[in-house]
Amino acid sequence: MTSRCDTASARARFLPWAPLLTLAIMLGPVVAGVLGTLAPAFGYMPALGGDGITLNAFTMLFDWPGITRASVLSVTTGIAATLLSLLVVALICAAWSGSRAFRIIERMLSPLLSVPHAAAAFGLAFLIAPSGWIARATSPWLTGWDRPPDLLILQDPFGLSLIAGLVAKEVPFLLLMTLAALSQVRMRQARDTALALGYSPVTAWFKTVFPRVYAQIRLPVFAVLAFSMTVVDVSLILGPTTPPTLAVQILKWMNDPDLDMRFLASAAAVWQLVLVIGVLLLWGVGEIAIAWLGHRWVASGTRGGATRTIRAISLTAALLSASAIVFGILGLLVWSFAGFWSFPDLLPSAFTLKTWMRHALNLWPVITETLIIASVSTFVALLLTLACLEAEERHGLRPGTRALWLLYVPLIVPQIAFLTGLQTLAIFTGIDGNRMAVIAVHIIFVLPYVFLSLADPFRAWDVRFGHVARALGAGCDGVLWRVRLPMLLRPILTAAAVGFAVSIGQYLPTLLAGAGRVQTLTTEAVALTSGGDRRVISVYALSQTALALLPFAFALFIPAIVWRNRKGLRHA
Amino acid sequence: MPDSGLILDGVVIRRDGRTLVDISDRVAPGEVLTVMGPSGSGKSTLLSYVIGTLDTAFEAKGRVILNGSDITDLVPEQRQVGILFQDELLFPHLSVGENLAFGLRASVKGRAARREKIDAALEDIGLAGFADRDPETLSGGQKARVALMRMLLSGPRALLLDEPFSRLDTERRDQIRTLVFDQARAKGLPVLLVTHDHADADAAGGRLYQLG
Repeated sequence: MTSRCDTASARARFLPWAPLLTLAIMLGPVVAGVLGTLAPAFGYMPALGGDGITLNAFTMLFDWPGITRASVLSVTTGIAATLLSLLVVALICAAWSGSRAFRIIERMLSPLLSVPHAAAAFGLAFLIAPSGWIARATSPWLTGWDRPPDLLILQDPFGLSLIAGLVAKEVPFLLLMTLAALSQVRMRQARDTALALGYSPVTAWFKTVFPRVYAQIRLPVFAVLAFSMTVVDVSLILGPTTPPTLAVQILKWMNDPDLDMRFLASAAAVWQLVLVIGVLLLWGVGEIAIAWLGHRWVASGTRGGATRTIRAISLTAALLSASAIVFGILGLLVWSFAGFWSFPDLLPSAFTLKTWMRHALNLWPVITETLIIASVSTFVALLLTLACLEAEERHGLRPGTRALWLLYVPLIVPQIAFLTGLQTLAIFTGIDGNRMAVIAVHIIFVLPYVFLSLADPFRAWDVRFGHVARALGAGCDGVLWRVRLPMLLRPILTAAAVGFAVSIGQYLPTLLAGAGRVQTLTTEAVALTSGGDRRVISVYALSQTALALLPFAFALFIPAIVWRNRKGLRHA
Repeated sequence: MPDSGLILDGVVIRRDGRTLVDISDRVAPGEVLTVMGPSGSGKSTLLSYVIGTLDTAFEAKGRVILNGSDITDLVPEQRQVGILFQDELLFPHLSVGENLAFGLRASVKGRAARREKIDAALEDIGLAGFADRDPETLSGGQKARVALMRMLLSGPRALLLDEPFSRLDTERRDQIRTLVFDQARAKGLPVLLVTHDHADADAAGGRLYQLG
């Protein structure tokens, strides 16, 4: 609307600065972190006696025997996980969008998305392990096993289980982004036109809708690619160990008591950043090649077919990826209450509260810490997001496409690449290892998700409500607080729930910014990996999942209760 | 009073170099000026300029003078210009009574006094006892009456109507139209009506201004 507001109050004077402040809070640490990684990588860290520019750290890195394998693993898991997720999402949309099955899939998205990566990875691990549910369900009648087989399924050297874990979590994310993009392009018209010209539904979708949808989900795809290449927590749980993926190895060097290893860790983090940039460029070349082939395919006029086969394959793939999470969580639930459970029984011989009782006392302070960090970072992110959106409205500070790129910077620059440097900087300024530092780092990752989640509903609000309210005598603030925010209660709570879930899921930021002294459910759960006690891991992973799911329940029920007599807001 | 009423003094609105609106006129108290034109001709843009919510993408010049005072540079909430849109735009999170309370001037003080005023207003429009209703449960005609009353309670000094009758069925349309124009005449408010419906123009009975 960009109509003039009364600008006397302090708040009104602050508002035009909101976008800049938000960018500074979000990108300042990323830039500082990358610099803090670059300097020691090239030998400059005066506090440790490094004051010249050398390439020693890189020489050390490339002398490390695992470097080739670790680098290849990072690249292959990243590309494979992204390609597979994108393929599943595209096929499911092509074959099923507009159907009843599709609406059911849509409804399952939010809960699947909110399951933290670590919990999903543990769930999957307990499914596919040699003594996991799948082996139990098929033994001994099918496999002939009466004891867990000696197979390296988990943490396999090729990173296949890691890729599976990533795909299960990235499919819901990419699907959500695709749905948002689908609502913007007029998909139905294009597809129906192609259908009328005799194209089969799947071919019609790929030829008319996909190119436009892909243009919209490019940034999320890049984020998935960078994330999959550099993920640490999922890799610790499902990834190979000797050598591990590059990101995990960097963390090991970072945690080495020998501070000189920081030079090596920083060099490796720079190398990881180079790998990510290289793969993103490669992906860009791939896009051009696919586009060229796509044009030829469209020009060929082939109508396609095999609709039924593709429908079956895509639905199976989607169900498989959803059940990996659903049954994984179910498995965690059973393990957390399991008494004695011998192989190959499908269920434990007894259920007990023992594990929960034994860990309840340790659990409470960790849950409290997790809640505080998630609440504060979400609150700050929500406030900044609303300030930016309102500034956009009042002062016409409309962000262009380039601003959208900025929003994705923290999601595309690998966490390990800038958090390493951030920790190095923090140690020597003495501000590391407290809750505030963890919250500040969480905000970097919570902000983009809160913004992306809230921006569309905020902008889609009918501004004429604002015009009417102002003609009735309400000021700009009155419109915001008395009309716009109450009407947007549901999307605001949903955005908060998304932010909350993102904060709860953070592993590396919590670990590095907290210097290992700030313990959240995620850091505790992942730390239990090496111990391998499934019952305890399940208790922590389930608590983590419950905490991430709870706000989504609030986002669903609070508006339903508050606006129970307001039909006009039921679908807002 | 030669100054009373709504004066549009050399109002010109442009977008991308194209002139959408170019009007100089005076609407006397109780008079209706009907502005007609095809969609996209800038009818609603003119109203946005008068209430002060014109998008910055437009260039506008000229003065708006209401009852002798220049309101062109005032923020919308200080202009005391009421507007009705094609949609009623009742706030969906407020009850019918709260919607009216949103409009009712703050100078009416005290819970009891305000409540009394709102109950009386509801009775005026034939909706006594509707204060606690969800606006979404009202019929189209009932919503239109609430929207009108909400605006009147804010004590406007002029009335702008942006095709407010086009969504109503024929029978209701005459009823609401009569109600609006009678209220405006009784209160001596200048009315600016934009529409593409000749029946609206005929019912208004005032002068006609063709745009575009």
